[in-house]
Amino acid sequence: MSSDEPRQTIHGSTAPSTDTREARMGEGVDDRFNSKLREAFGTSPFILTKFDQFMNWVRGNSMFMLQFGIACCSIEMIHTYAIKHDVDRYGAGVPRASPRQADVMIVPGTIVSKFGPRMKRVYDQMPEPKFVVGMGSCTISGGPFQEGYNVVKGAEEIIPIDIHVPGCPPRPEALIYGILKLQERIQNGESSPVVVKPYELEEFGDLPEDELVQKLASEIDEDDLVMRYNWADSP
Amino acid sequence: MSTGIETQSDAETGEAELEALIGDRALARDEHLNAPGFVVNPDDVQDVLFDLRDEAGYDHCSCVTAQQYEDRFETIYHLKKYADPTDEVSIVVPTPLSDPVSKSAEPVYRTADWHEREAYDLVGIGYEGHPDLRRILLPETWQGHPLSADYDQEKPQVVTLTEHANPLESDHRDPESDTMFLNVGPHHPATHGVLHVKTVLDGETIADLEPDIGYLHRCEEQMCQQGTYRHQIMPYPDRWDYVSSGLLNEWAYARAIEDLADIDVPEYAQIVRTLGAELCRIASHMLALGTFALDVYGEFTATFMYTFRDRELVQDILEDLTGQRMMFNYFRVGGVAWDLPEPREDFFEQTRDFLDELPAKVAEYNDLITTNEIFQTRCIDTGVLEPDVAKDYGCTGPVARGSGVDYDLRRDDPYGYYENLEWDVVTRDGCDNYARVLCRMEEVEESAKIVEQCLDLLEDWPEDDREVQANVPRTLKPDADTETYRAVEAAKGELGIYMRSDGTDKPARFKIRSPCFSNLQALGEMSEGEYIPDLIASLGSLDIVLGEVDR
Repeated sequence: MSSDEPRQTIHGSTAPSTDTREARMGEGVDDRFNSKLREAFGTSPFILTKFDQFMNWVRGNSMFMLQFGIACCSIEMIHTYAIKHDVDRYGAGVPRASPRQADVMIVPGTIVSKFGPRMKRVYDQMPEPKFVVGMGSCTISGGPFQEGYNVVKGAEEIIPIDIHVPGCPPRPEALIYGILKLQERIQNGESSPVVVKPYELEEFGDLPEDELVQKLASEIDEDDLVMRYNWADSP
Repeated sequence: MSTGIETQSDAETGEAELEALIGDRALARDEHLNAPGFVVNPDDVQDVLFDLRDEAGYDHCSCVTAQQYEDRFETIYHLKKYADPTDEVSIVVPTPLSDPVSKSAEPVYRTADWHEREAYDLVGIGYEGHPDLRRILLPETWQGHPLSADYDQEKPQVVTLTEHANPLESDHRDPESDTMFLNVGPHHPATHGVLHVKTVLDGETIADLEPDIGYLHRCEEQMCQQGTYRHQIMPYPDRWDYVSSGLLNEWAYARAIEDLADIDVPEYAQIVRTLGAELCRIASHMLALGTFALDVYGEFTATFMYTFRDRELVQDILEDLTGQRMMFNYFRVGGVAWDLPEPREDFFEQTRDFLDELPAKVAEYNDLITTNEIFQTRCIDTGVLEPDVAKDYGCTGPVARGSGVDYDLRRDDPYGYYENLEWDVVTRDGCDNYARVLCRMEEVEESAKIVEQCLDLLEDWPEDDREVQANVPRTLKPDADTETYRAVEAAKGELGIYMRSDGTDKPARFKIRSPCFSNLQALGEMSEGEYIPDLIASLGSLDIVLGEVDR
């Protein structure tokens, strides 16, 4: 039977069937439609909030993490993403391989002199607003390798950090706690603290002239980006 | 099996033969605890090494150690045989402080390339005839050599961030064909850390490739040289190969110091060590498997999550045993920190549960991975590493065994309790990525066998004989000028440690021979002329850990 013919076979009422609903609702007034929320807002079906607050709430609950493995802590970071701990439960479980798609950078490991400029570059490539979780002792102070000739004494020497998670390495639970704390802060609209960043990327030509710069002048171009480590001033 | 007496006389005849072979090119003899040492003139090194390789059969240049004494620099080549790693010899090359240059060993052993670059970088010895003597771990603009005596750590340094030039560009005279330069890393999901691979592509084919390492050079050797033997060094090995193989690494240090200070480890402690170490190997290979599946066919769900589920189980057991999930710090000089956790029955039950479920899980992995057509297409006959090339590059561990090199220090240079247990060394003749992955999966099963036997032994061990540590003095001061080089079979291969004592409670030189460092060097050989996706597969199947490559 083709569908353009009138349907003679349907008889009876065309009103929606409400049997099931009525059976479930039982006697009396249905308070699903007269919820607490409706009580609070009166008859108006709108929720009013500040757009800023709303955006902060959204940001906090949908964080895209940067997939950024550096050292030992990255293994615990993978465990945090993986089965059992599953940080996706908190709306923070999509590791992005590109910094341009990420909101949050977890710095999981020791920063050494050769990697410092690269990390700075990756951080700079992330879109605003961006947040950083420092994972492990190395990102706090250099950790067990603090006395090393090549180790940056904490990631905060190079980029600002919102949350420090101590431990060597921190357990996945600790990292999750750190991420939750960060969510809380983002939802409250608290932004990264302004910190002193001793190590900046700058053009070689802009460095103050001294013995070292003179020595390297033949090797490095004026407009090459460099990072100068003043180890003696490090904590 | 030969008895101890025969081995001794073998060693003596071996030494006499070596003396005859080297002849008057040997300026003096040097005694190392692990091997006879011959002091050789800087100009004769290459000849001596050629003779040792071609005539005496020392085909494995295990490690190159460089160090500075008050009056001289010294390079030590630690040579072994793949057929018998207990047959060792050390070639010691002293060079004057004013002009520290000796002949390069690179023409003899390809693996010496990176080792000598590292020696140049950290200690400052030059090698004549080396193809490419540049810094390897530190940035190229670094000033000074940090492990030399007069290095000042407080001096400022400048590090550049530059675009890398195409090294092949100038060679291309034909305007029709041109190449493209591609940086892979140091921040890249497939490099397993902060490795930087400079590749030159011709279409999709790799024309030239150079791994650039040093983005995680954490001065591990310096840290160990600053620590005292007794307690301060042991935490660091956990952080070399940080993929849960901490106990395997700790064993490398434990074995070296126990050799240096002549300490005997109680049998019970050896079984506990063996148990822990093999659990670590399982965890480590699981990660290799999961990330490899992730690399070659982007499988973030099933295989990856399954391997991590199993790692969690192993880590739980290890946490019960050692108190930490990853950085165990459980071994002590002369034993382990403490006995198995109480109640012992629960520990045995938990571990046995894991072992009972393992065969079914391995079968599942085989269903998911190795019989998967896409996986096979990506892996079979890609990243081929011929056995001779593997030996030339000093490859060890599953990488060598996947190329059919039957070399496993647990069997060939026995330590711990391995001699008394029933297990097999896994080798595969495929020489490709597939063979290396299968090799790891089968090693997981072998490790499970070892763990099971250790559990049986520990369960039946008499209660009044559970000695976990030998009696070791509070301050260890091995005799001055004793030197040793000792290696163990870590998850990635031969992990060796050279230590020299100067009579104090800290080592005068602590050198780490990392298996990944040598294995990674073979990447170019495996990938040049292949497609770029195969580079990612090869890199995954090498299973490198940057903490160990850069140290």
